Amino acid sequence: MDFHIFLIQLLNGVQYGLLLFLVASGLTLVFGIMGIINVAHGSFYMIGAYLAWSLAAQVGSFWLALPVAIALSVLIGLALEWLVVRWLYKRDHLYQVLCTYGLILVFEELRSVLWGDDVRSLPIPAPFNYSIPLTDTLSYPVYRLWISAVCLAVAFGLYFVIQKTRLGMMIRAGATDRDMVQSLGINIQLIYRIVFAAGIALAAFAGMIAAPISAVAPGMGNHVLIICFVVVVIGGLGSVKGALIASLMIGLVDTFGKVVHLELGGVKLLPELSSMTVYVLMAGILLWRPAGLFGKKL
Amino acid sequence: MSNQVFDRRKFLATSGAAGLAGFPAIARAQTAKIKVGLMLPYTGTFAPLGVAIENGFRLALQEAGGKFSGREIEFFKVDDESDPAKATDNVNKLVTRDKVDMLLGTVHSGVAAGMIRVTREAGVLHIIPNAGLAPVAGPLCAPNIFRASFSNWQSGFAMGTVLAKRPAVKNVVTLAWRYAAGEEFVKGFKDAFLKAGGKTIAKELWIPFPNVEFQALLTEIASIKPDATYAFFAGAGAGKFLKDYAQAGLMKSIPLVGPGFLTDGVLEGLGGVAEGVETTLHYGDGIESPRNNAFRLAYAKTYKLQPDVYAVAGYDSGLLYSAGLAAVKGDISKKADIIKAMERAKIDSPRGAWTLSKAHNPIQDHYLRRVTGNQNRVVEVAIKALDDDPAMIAACKMPG
Amino acid sequence: MSATRGNGWTGVLALALIALVLAFVPLVAEKFYVQFFAKILIMAIFAMSLDLLLGYTGLVSFGHAAFYGVAGYALALITPQYQAANFWTSFPLAIAVSALLAFAIGFVVVRMQGIYFIMVTLAFAQMLFFLFYDTKIGGGNDGIYIDLRPVARIGDWQPFNLDNFAHVYYLALALFVLVFLLLRMVLASPFGRVIAGIKANEHRMQSLGYGTFWYKLACFVLAGATAGVAGYLAAVQFGVVNPEMLGWHLSGAVMMMVILGGMGTLTGPVLGATVWMLLELWFQDITKHWHLLMGAFIVLTAILLPNGLIGLYGSLARRLARNHD
Repeated sequence: MDFHIFLIQLLNGVQYGLLLFLVASGLTLVFGIMGIINVAHGSFYMIGAYLAWSLAAQVGSFWLALPVAIALSVLIGLALEWLVVRWLYKRDHLYQVLCTYGLILVFEELRSVLWGDDVRSLPIPAPFNYSIPLTDTLSYPVYRLWISAVCLAVAFGLYFVIQKTRLGMMIRAGATDRDMVQSLGINIQLIYRIVFAAGIALAAFAGMIAAPISAVAPGMGNHVLIICFVVVVIGGLGSVKGALIASLMIGLVDTFGKVVHLELGGVKLLPELSSMTVYVLMAGILLWRPAGLFGKKL
Repeated sequence: MSNQVFDRRKFLATSGAAGLAGFPAIARAQTAKIKVGLMLPYTGTFAPLGVAIENGFRLALQEAGGKFSGREIEFFKVDDESDPAKATDNVNKLVTRDKVDMLLGTVHSGVAAGMIRVTREAGVLHIIPNAGLAPVAGPLCAPNIFRASFSNWQSGFAMGTVLAKRPAVKNVVTLAWRYAAGEEFVKGFKDAFLKAGGKTIAKELWIPFPNVEFQALLTEIASIKPDATYAFFAGAGAGKFLKDYAQAGLMKSIPLVGPGFLTDGVLEGLGGVAEGVETTLHYGDGIESPRNNAFRLAYAKTYKLQPDVYAVAGYDSGLLYSAGLAAVKGDISKKADIIKAMERAKIDSPRGAWTLSKAHNPIQDHYLRRVTGNQNRVVEVAIKALDDDPAMIAACKMPG
Repeated sequence: MSATRGNGWTGVLALALIALVLAFVPLVAEKFYVQFFAKILIMAIFAMSLDLLLGYTGLVSFGHAAFYGVAGYALALITPQYQAANFWTSFPLAIAVSALLAFAIGFVVVRMQGIYFIMVTLAFAQMLFFLFYDTKIGGGNDGIYIDLRPVARIGDWQPFNLDNFAHVYYLALALFVLVFLLLRMVLASPFGRVIAGIKANEHRMQSLGYGTFWYKLACFVLAGATAGVAGYLAAVQFGVVNPEMLGWHLSGAVMMMVILGGMGTLTGPVLGATVWMLLELWFQDITKHWHLLMGAFIVLTAILLPNGLIGLYGSLARRLARNHD
């Protein structure tokens, strides 16, 4: 691979990684900080994409549809927390898994009823709908650069809110010791509700802005779900910094795994077994650092 | 009562209704409804295809006056969810529980593989309206299994034939999901393309199924600079691939071709980025024949939808089964004769007339289509009366 | 609590009664339902094996389907083309393969805790899944057919014929009873009490001098081998193995069955598997959107039943007992 192409593949990997971070960021919040295992996380990614597609079709503009879709996602998140999730805080993690597993089924069917099963597509919105030439054959879509910028902004925003603001302090305190925080007069129930809604909204937001460059189709949440958990685990629970680094690692490993040729002892490893790379990476990191890269040891 | 004249027909009808042991088989063979099992995807990303196939089949029945050879059809439906893990369970619901006389299914090749595991053993008549996996017309062929759609290899071979005739296209890169279907499309393409001497495959690129992160491979294609890209993806992946290929600027510099599934059913909402992409398939938009026009009109009127290649497959499955039943005047107990009649059938299909090969696979014309607006318009016939992969033809050992 | 865990002989008696009732199924039900009940028995074995880890040892394994699937593939790969394998050699071999795999993976993962344990088990299962899915080792992603089912012959003696669906059912029933009794025995033994102690407080057990790593590993291997029993039976019943038998969807589904039924008991997972499969069958006949019904049922059960379905039985039993006072 010549150096020029290597740089472009690097760009591909970083961009993919940043998008992964955005999708997984909501899970870092909800799981890492609240300790709630929400396996329906991928469903909200899907809901965001479908909301963006249907609202953009009705309103006629992607940019107008976006804030409406975000507002709707926050409302859905709040409603879900109040209806279902708040009964699960004191329960064993596995009951959260069971409950949210049921939610996956419910949301998938609701999606089918509301929006049907056809494959949908959303055009890239102006003013980003053009590509910059990189070589004489290859161009790079500007929209992907814009998404990467948004992902970075969200990363910094999250880090700032959680580490440097009072709200963030209350969230972190509530994660460590819920009862103590409550006895200090802070409405921990409200905080949890906000954090959960934020987590949902982040997943939906990721689905929305990724929709123009992905396929809006049934089952799109499932593919993304497992990778999100891998990101959070590699990065370490509760660490936004860890999630970002983990996402970038996965993005690069996945990208290069598809084009690099690696053969060991006559056995063709790459790119034949490129699907495995992410899991090999995770297993390797966990064996080296059992709490993930930046997680607290349990 | 004892003086009543013995009425044979009434006797059979009443005993059939009463379900007396020994008589039901005979009675059902001649008068009761024929049980047709539909094992199709009714949920998930292939649901529109399942619906189209059923619609097509029902249209054929409707045009025959609601009966095939005087027999009404009773439908039993199972949603296969395109899940190979549940394939044997689901097909058993129809074969073992509902005891259908004919089974129609399915779309997903992995599910179809599980289905024929059961139907080959059970001997029940099975028509496949989509799944193009090679072994069905190869080592797994069986007298009771028919396919009314295509084999993946055919479409690849058709495009290979087209590109082989173009002197400007010498070096091609292939790109597909690495699973059985992808491998079969690429093999078909290579078989035809490389035959014509002076042609090379620059590189065979694969991406794990169902991964849709294409960027890395698009960059690779750009660095190889082939004369054309032959790519296979389907459904949501195909739509994304077309967009990604265009956004990477490759649509302008490296012509994209593929089997019809690359562009079927995904053009809407793409904003015209796939304009000019050429594909080969056994159907397309703009086949100006009286048969096709009549079919499309009837389908649109009945279902308020435009028919596609899947609807045609369902329709042709109905025609095929009807031809079999006609030869035995609706007597489903004469299975061997039904099969013989189906083998000899010439299907007057909206896609054009086709016949069955020895392995019960369609021998049919393939069209070259070009994306024009939201349509895959037929440009010309790419290859006529195409049979199947010689390796599969040799591997099919059909008894008798 | 004693109402849910069969005490001493009451439990065994209940099991014998249920087994007797189940033995009549092939005599009264038609083929489809016999095979369906066989499938329930297979999933019950699978679920019990997972509960050994989930409920009893506190190890949440998200890759348990790997041991199930690998046994099925072992049978498929050892079956010569166009011939049948021998049951008496292939069955122990498949179990051994599952057990060995469980030992290899367990050795690496059992030292981990919590969510990290869950994800590492998933990682190894996924690696195995892609090995079968993306390469030709296991026939690729369409799976392998088992053309001829294993033959259970030793010399001239053939006690059962696995081409007969009723015999497959009885084999599944017999193995279900055996596995239940075996696991019950193990859990009631001193070994089982150490496991319970480890779940309650591993550090305390370590300070008492127990090599908790080896106990957990032994449990992991036992669970893997038992899952292999289920996987072998599934391969025999369906005659086809595919990579989804190792996939995380199946690992997730069986985990749901265990949690739904009630963890930490042997009857819980059996109940969970039975209810799950019966509901699936019933809901599918009601509507195309049956996922909605299934999902709603699961959500409600998770919220309302703190100990799963078996907890419902327990609280009903307690209420009846109270009313008697």
